[in-house]
Amino acid sequence: MQEFLQFTLSGVSFGMIYAAIGLSLVLIWRGTRILNYAQGAMAMFTTYIAYTVIIHTGNYWEGFFTALAAGMVLGAVIERTVIRPVEAKPPLNAVIVTIGMLIFLEGLAGIIYGGQFKSFPPAFSITSLHAGSVPLGVSRNDVFTALSVLAAAIVLAVVFNYTPVGLRLRATAFNAAVARLLGIRVGRVLTLGWAIAGLVGALAGVLVTPSTFLYPNSMDQIFVLGFTAAVIGGLDSPAGAIVGGLILGVLLNYVGGYLGSDLVSLFGLGVLVLILMVRPSGLFSTRTTRQV
Amino acid sequence: MTDAATLEISGVVSGYGGVKALAGVSITAKAATITAVLGANGAGKTTLLRTISGFVRARQGRIVLDGVNLARRHPEDIARAGVAHVPEGQGVITELTVEENLRLGGLWRARGDRAASLADAYQRFPLLAERRRRPASTLSGGERQLLVIARALMARPRVLLLDEPSLGLAPLMVAQVMDLVGGLRNEGGLTVLLVEQNARSALAIADHGVVLNLGKVVASAEARALAADLALRRHYLGF
Repeated sequence: MQEFLQFTLSGVSFGMIYAAIGLSLVLIWRGTRILNYAQGAMAMFTTYIAYTVIIHTGNYWEGFFTALAAGMVLGAVIERTVIRPVEAKPPLNAVIVTIGMLIFLEGLAGIIYGGQFKSFPPAFSITSLHAGSVPLGVSRNDVFTALSVLAAAIVLAVVFNYTPVGLRLRATAFNAAVARLLGIRVGRVLTLGWAIAGLVGALAGVLVTPSTFLYPNSMDQIFVLGFTAAVIGGLDSPAGAIVGGLILGVLLNYVGGYLGSDLVSLFGLGVLVLILMVRPSGLFSTRTTRQV
Repeated sequence: MTDAATLEISGVVSGYGGVKALAGVSITAKAATITAVLGANGAGKTTLLRTISGFVRARQGRIVLDGVNLARRHPEDIARAGVAHVPEGQGVITELTVEENLRLGGLWRARGDRAASLADAYQRFPLLAERRRRPASTLSGGERQLLVIARALMARPRVLLLDEPSLGLAPLMVAQVMDLVGGLRNEGGLTVLLVEQNARSALAIADHGVVLNLGKVVASAEARALAADLALRRHYLGF
């Protein structure tokens, strides 16, 4: 029972990271119908930037917020430079461009920072919290991880649903042509969408890296699991991505805890394949069909 | 509502790829009048509106509103210059609520103006006020047509481009929409370019009529004169 509690709680913490990556994918998918394969690599790169800042200043929070700002800038710059030209082209063009960006960013990180594993500091203590004498399996840092993704999700939900900027973002996502007819500068809105996605991805990067080490491929597996979280939620639904991340995080933690950690990746991919085969529109999507 | 403005289209050539849908079209829509644009399918009516609102690029010609040439500008700038285009098939964003659809129409304007326009819209369309919180997907076809016109008015436009507003509506609803359009001209001083298949009901409210055929203007006269021209009616308008 105590084990079960530990696996569940730490699963929630990991799940929120998958949720964050999933959320960033959903934001871009809704706005541009592009699946951003470079999302993990972008998060890896901004985490390197955070690492550099932390090394130089000795202050974790300066690194943390620099990463978030860098994520926004990187998202906006990538949309403006390499995505804009393929937005109106066949979907395969965008797939190839974002995969190209993934390879480019991982290569660039290797050139600048080298390929060796670096340890990235957590925000708070990583020793387990206790309820009385019972270890809970989660640390202060895990709680921070879950709460900061939750906070980001709540802020986004409020912005999307209750502000003019959010209305622009949603209208553009649903029907860009009508949005333009109504005087909305759709190009700027798309750039903003990528910037927000870059920020959420960067958040996931700095949160997960203390438990994975930092190296040019460090986000690859997290990206696949984040993608799985988004697919569970239907790729169209921000709330679905959060729930999908939580389901996946907890499920994978049970698999890792009870069956062995070697099975986690295999099981994660299995869930992805299963969802795509059985219910490709996800568990929460309102649309019935989708082309990927 | 606003100062009336004349829309002057002269020598406009445009089309898709190699196809020339408009081959030198000139139309003057006088301030505070309704100009009906009639013609068969493929005559270039919708392309004309799409060219005015900037979605299709004018290869040649001028589209002048208040002395400013709008040809070859971006759609979002043309909208902000005072041209509201209500596309065929309506363009209600069904995933949003009625009120969100309305707000969308004036989002680029100053906050105070937006609030005033929203209040006006609800006063003019009490039915929309009742349903403001509902998803737009729950509205009927006629209600959606009212919503998109109300949404276009949120921008306080000077020119309204209406593409087939009667399409798929019940006769009673068609009459209501036509009444509304007539009222916008009379009370609001709006200049309207009304594209219609339904020539009879369009000419009934229009001041002026233009008949397009294969991308060219083949007739242009007072609406009453067009409606009375039996040969023209048989040839191009089918009524």
